[in-house]
Amino acid sequence: MVLYTDLLVVGGGPAGMAAVLQAADSGLSVILLERYDQLGGQLVKQTHRFFGSKDEQAGTRGNVIARAMEEELEQLDNVTVLLEATALGYYEDNILLVSAQHSLKKIKAERIIVATGAAEKMLTFPNNDLPGIYGAGAVQTLMNLDGVVPGRRVVMVGAGNIGLIVSYQLLQAGVEVVAVVEAARQIGGYLVHAAKISRTGVPIYTGQTIKRAYGNGEVEGVELWQLDHNWQGIPGSERSLAVDTICLAVGLRPLTDILVQAGCQMAYVPQLGGDVPLRDDNLKTSNHRFYVAGDAAGVEEATAAILEGELAGLSAILELGAKEGQSLEVKKRTVKKKLDKLRKGPVGEKIRAGLLKVRRDGNAGKDRYSHTG
Amino acid sequence: MRIKEHPVLEFKRGKMIKFNYNGRELTAYEGETVAAALHAAGIKTLRKSTEFQRHRGLFCAIGNCSSCMMEVNGVPNVKTCLTRVTEGMVVAEQRGKGDLGALY
Repeated sequence: MVLYTDLLVVGGGPAGMAAVLQAADSGLSVILLERYDQLGGQLVKQTHRFFGSKDEQAGTRGNVIARAMEEELEQLDNVTVLLEATALGYYEDNILLVSAQHSLKKIKAERIIVATGAAEKMLTFPNNDLPGIYGAGAVQTLMNLDGVVPGRRVVMVGAGNIGLIVSYQLLQAGVEVVAVVEAARQIGGYLVHAAKISRTGVPIYTGQTIKRAYGNGEVEGVELWQLDHNWQGIPGSERSLAVDTICLAVGLRPLTDILVQAGCQMAYVPQLGGDVPLRDDNLKTSNHRFYVAGDAAGVEEATAAILEGELAGLSAILELGAKEGQSLEVKKRTVKKKLDKLRKGPVGEKIRAGLLKVRRDGNAGKDRYSHTG
Repeated sequence: MRIKEHPVLEFKRGKMIKFNYNGRELTAYEGETVAAALHAAGIKTLRKSTEFQRHRGLFCAIGNCSSCMMEVNGVPNVKTCLTRVTEGMVVAEQRGKGDLGALY
């Protein structure tokens, strides 16, 4: 049996939920897929207060924002939420195959918004598959959600903001952080986070990386070495640290498998975390049915994901002929302005550079969402 | 190991339940994932790779990497980082790719 819907949103994190909420009064049928047994994505794990402007809910904790969006969503009777539902693949004739609570469903949608988020990046080194090696997100989940520590002695790889913050959270949980290791010559994260770590006596080694992990079946230690200016290990510079846990905080990559299957034109853009789909200024990809939003469009943060979700949602339902088209156009312009504002300044520099490479509307060189440039 | 004291966070733990891991009885808190319950019991090796029998454990904890798959109540390839542990659940390390024959 095939399910038909106007709009299908894949991923119930901040971007996906924001997209669905736009369809509230549209009269369109909407299906939202979420792999986990609850909505919210990584937002539910963000127990810190948001930065930035009041408009974008600064000062509110991520898990509170997620809960509020979910409550709003529950009110909508044109929306079907499928939990424990994984999109397995996109097939000919516009069929999306879904495993929903262990049964298979085929879904045909007029428009599909891919808001699948991102996955932890891996580093290549011998024995990188040993138990005891975790992505930073996994360590956060274990510690902050489950109240379980990953081990007793940890080496953190990556001194960006995530590596520094998770190191501090490990210390708070009573875990010994033996060192923070960073391949670049400088610490990537904010100084305030680095200072917090340094004050506790944890060394931050720059210009170094993992040569290999070792251990009989599980991590027992790690060998580090120094890097030369071509990022090559320097023989003779090795040193070993006895640790039972290696935490990798080396970035995230967008989850774009469905978009690749749908034949969307892709581009490798390091500033956005990896392979991402080309898109126009409404977040529509080169496949006319597909939109992208949130980390799947380029790794950024939750506020940008929410705004992108709103933009993709509004654009898709406008195309589908939603009832109150006029007011939606106005709303869409406001969202674009907010995104512009969010990405202004030095903090947004990397994202802006990345976004210039993924335009597909012939306006390369202008800011992606700018209407003035 | 579980965190006993934390300066910022408070953990609302469910009621204590029992489950079975490779024939052993373990305890867990209702509502937590199988992978978290096993970690709390100090068990980090969740499966072995199919070809070279290399040990594999939790890596991403968001259902993406497949490193934590185990056999749960007879069903193979269950992502234990997403699956909540329940009273009497039977969790076992999986051999090979898993046999679906018993299910279909």
